[in-house]
Formats: sequence, structure tokens, C-alpha cells
Amino acid sequence: MDDVTRRHFLHGTGIAGSMSLLDPLGGQALAKPSAHALLHAPALAPAHAKTAPPPPPPSPFAVPVSLTVNGQKHDLVLDPRSSLLDTLREHLGLTGTKKGCDQGACGACTVLVDGRRVLSCLTLAAVASGSDVETIEGVADAHGKLHPVQQAFVDHDAFQCGYCTPGQIMSGIACIHEGHAGTDEEVKEWMSGNLCRCGAYVNIVAAIRDASAKS
Amino acid sequence: MYPFRFQRPLSETETYTALTSSPTARAIAGGTTLVDLMRDTVERPDLVVDINPLPWRAVETTGRGLRIGALARMSDVAATPGLAASHRVLVEALLASAAPQIRNMASIGGNLMQRTRCPYFRDPAVSQCNKKTHNAGCAAIGGYNREHAIFGTSDQCVATHPSDLAVALLALDAQLVLRSRNGERRSMLEEFMLLPGGTPMREHDIIPGELIAAVEIPANALGRQSRYIKIRDRGSFEFALVSAAVALDMRGGTVHGARIAVGGVGTKPWRLRQVESALVGFPINEDRLNLAMNHVAIGAKPLAENGFKVELLKRTLKRTIHEAGAIA
Repeated sequence: MDDVTRRHFLHGTGIAGSMSLLDPLGGQALAKPSAHALLHAPALAPAHAKTAPPPPPPSPFAVPVSLTVNGQKHDLVLDPRSSLLDTLREHLGLTGTKKGCDQGACGACTVLVDGRRVLSCLTLAAVASGSDVETIEGVADAHGKLHPVQQAFVDHDAFQCGYCTPGQIMSGIACIHEGHAGTDEEVKEWMSGNLCRCGAYVNIVAAIRDASAKS
Repeated sequence: MYPFRFQRPLSETETYTALTSSPTARAIAGGTTLVDLMRDTVERPDLVVDINPLPWRAVETTGRGLRIGALARMSDVAATPGLAASHRVLVEALLASAAPQIRNMASIGGNLMQRTRCPYFRDPAVSQCNKKTHNAGCAAIGGYNREHAIFGTSDQCVATHPSDLAVALLALDAQLVLRSRNGERRSMLEEFMLLPGGTPMREHDIIPGELIAAVEIPANALGRQSRYIKIRDRGSFEFALVSAAVALDMRGGTVHGARIAVGGVGTKPWRLRQVESALVGFPINEDRLNLAMNHVAIGAKPLAENGFKVELLKRTLKRTIHEAGAIA
């Protein structure tokens, strides 16, 4: 099971069918797994793992978009409707950034653009063209050592289901960098754009305060 | 979201040419309001024009006072050195708005052009909205209207204006610098924002292809002793139920001049001139504040579910005036 990621496991167990309801491109991108695939999901996983979902049909209004994501430059041609979030997830295969509400109300899609935390669901990729983007996939060091804020989230048990966590961590990194993590009250106010429906807030605040104190 | 063409012109002239090339063209800066409305299919532009290359980001002091470029981001304006001392109401209103991520994205001009959060307006399944379709009716008047307006309403529309920034700017007598291919003009913010009346689809005194280039706040004694207090259903990242912006010119313990604007209660940011008049010439004390509060509800028209806003507004405003007066 070493090569089976969380995403493949979900696909392999048939949850992909329901996920496609949430994901406008999922229906095109993911074939429903066969019974054979379900029985042999681990064996199929490695090949599937390295295959990015096929891009959607080209838009007649497609525009060139150039993004540097976690240090790697990507030259894309995208439908102007593409959000930065969908571009990261569906075109670049960077599924660490999550789609919670897709309307700017939850913070799950938080990434850094030119060093500033923003909501990737409300950012058109075309508007972000030319920018440096940093996602949760880019914060650990080259040897895989967790970023101090990631480590603090582990140490403080700052999540339950984990869905909001990448957004919380990206927002927390920025919150500390901005100098807005000096007190619990300050963290609560300056992290208010990241909702956690499990209610892990007490531990999230503790993790960010701890990482801030160590930085 | 409906398909659209996207352009990023590199000059001001090309920007106006693009914006006037289609009747449904829309300018985009941060996108925090436009992208959301396009996804809801309330906005259906056939052309989106990226105006971020325009050089309108500076916050500077000029001969006219404070000038804020329309493309400056909310977070950058709030962090401008010295601004919290010179224009506290402005910084407090900016930092009470939305959340840090959105403030990093949203421009000053876009904030002023944002559209109502009335759920009927934003719900694509609701057609009964005079802001979306001429003479379609208003679902809010007889429906869910707890968060709707008590000032400036009409029998066509009761939607609240959502901006905090605009309320603070109204209390600072701000005017807008508007630019188009025809040149430049200025409009007082209070006149720029339109009442719904019989034309709720028309919200601003702006012509197609015209852009807000800057906001100007006149140099006067009102900014220093100013406060913004916002009351909402949760402690942060929420729109106002009511809010109050108060700017005072205090001389020798007496109110020499006052500007009061309130939010969350009007179809546009709402100035309370009679409350201002009731304060001028007097020191701020409990008796004077209570007298002044008698003028708050003049003209208010509460709906079935938002009558609480009248009392909440009085209490919020009283506290805001008190705290603005207490600034040393």
C-alpha cells in the first residue's frame, strides 16, 4: 500500500463518483472505476498516480497563462473562466489546495501569490498570470522536512478531518510573516478567514502561536 | 459561469477602448466580488478587462488632502504608516472588512463597486429581483429581510449596501476621481452612490467605460478623532448588521464639527446630518448623546424582520461617538 495516496484510495473505493458532483471537471477527468479496478486498486495506483487528469476541451477564448508554482514555471493555455484553484488542482495536479465553498467564504483554497495570502477560488488564473504561487506542496524543505507551521499542526493536533488544514497552514504561515500572531486574540482575528467545521480552533491557535514563538 | 473573453490592456487608452467595446464588459482588479457574481451567473460579462496594469496604487498626501489610488489593495491602505493616527475610522473600517486574504486581493475601487449581499439578488434560482431584472418584483420585501435596509428603501428594492469602507469614506467627505476616454471628473461619494428608487439596477453615477481612479479625502480636522464600530452576527469575517463611522472636530471639549455615517442599515451608506447637528456646540456627555439619539430613526422604515436595527443602531452610534470623543 506504500504507493497508494489518499486521493487514489478515494478514487479506488468509488468515492470518485460522488466527488465529481463537487468538481466541475471531475466527471470528465475521472472514469468510474471498474469492479476489477476496485479489487486491484493498489496494483493500479502507481500508473494512475503519475497521470494528470486530461485537460478540458479548449475554449475558443483561451488565453496564455504563465505561473511559477513552488518554483516551477508553467506555461498554460486556459479558458479565461479558470480559477487559480482549478488550475492548480486540475491542470497541475496539485490537489493539496482544497475547494471548500468556491465562493470566498471558507479559506480552504488559501495560497500565497507573490508572498501574500489570497483565495485561489476567487482569483482568475489569467489575472494571476506572471505571478509566483506557493501552495502547501511547496512549503516543506527539499528533504521533506515539514515546515515549522506544518510541524506545529501535528504537534498540537490542530485538525480533525484535515480538509481545511492546507488553507489553515498557508494562512498561518502568512499570518506569522505579517506579524499578526503575537497573542491568541490577534491570531483569532487574523485567521478569521479560515473556517474549520470540525472546530479545531483552539489547537489551530495554539499551533500558530507555537510556530510563531519558534520563528 | 458563462464564457467570456479576457483582455489585459497595457495602457489606459487601450483599457477604455476595451471597456467600451462591449456593453457587458466588466473591469476586474482583485476579482473578489466579480468572480463570485459571475459564478452565480448574476454577472454575465462577455468581456473581462484586467485593469491591474494601470498605475493607480499609491496612497499619498496631495494639495487636496489624502489621495488613495483605486487599485491600492485594502490591506496595503490599512497598513499605510501614519494612517491610523490621521484617519483612524478608515483603518478600522478596512480591518473590519472581510478577512485578510480578501483584503490582500480587493482593491479600493472594487470595494466601492461591490454589489449587495441580498441573498435573493445572488441566488440564480430567484428571478424575483428588480436589481437583476427590470420590474421582476422584490422577494425580500415580503420574505427574509432581517439583514436588509431601513433607510433609503423603495417599493422596488430594500437591499443593503455592504461596504464598510464606503461608510468611513462618507464620514470623511470623500470624493471619487473618475476617469474615462473623455477625461477626468470628480463626484462626491454620497452622490456617486444612488438610491434604488424605481431603478434599482442603476447603483452608481458612472458611465460605461468609466473607472474610479482614486479616492480623495479633504484635509481637515475630522480624521484624527474618528472611530468605526461594526456589529455583526459573528466576531469577524461577516457583513455588518449595523455599523457607525464617526469623525469629530473637538475644540476645548466641545464638538465643533461632526460627520456621522452608518452602514448595514441603508441601501447606500447613510449620513445622519440631524444627529451631527444635535452634537455641534456641546460637550459629549450622556444627556447630549441621548438627545442626539432621538434623531437617529428619522425616516427609518423597518421591515418585518429588521426592526431590531433601529435600537441596535442607536446603541452602536452612541458608543462610537463616545469613543471618538474620548480619543486624546
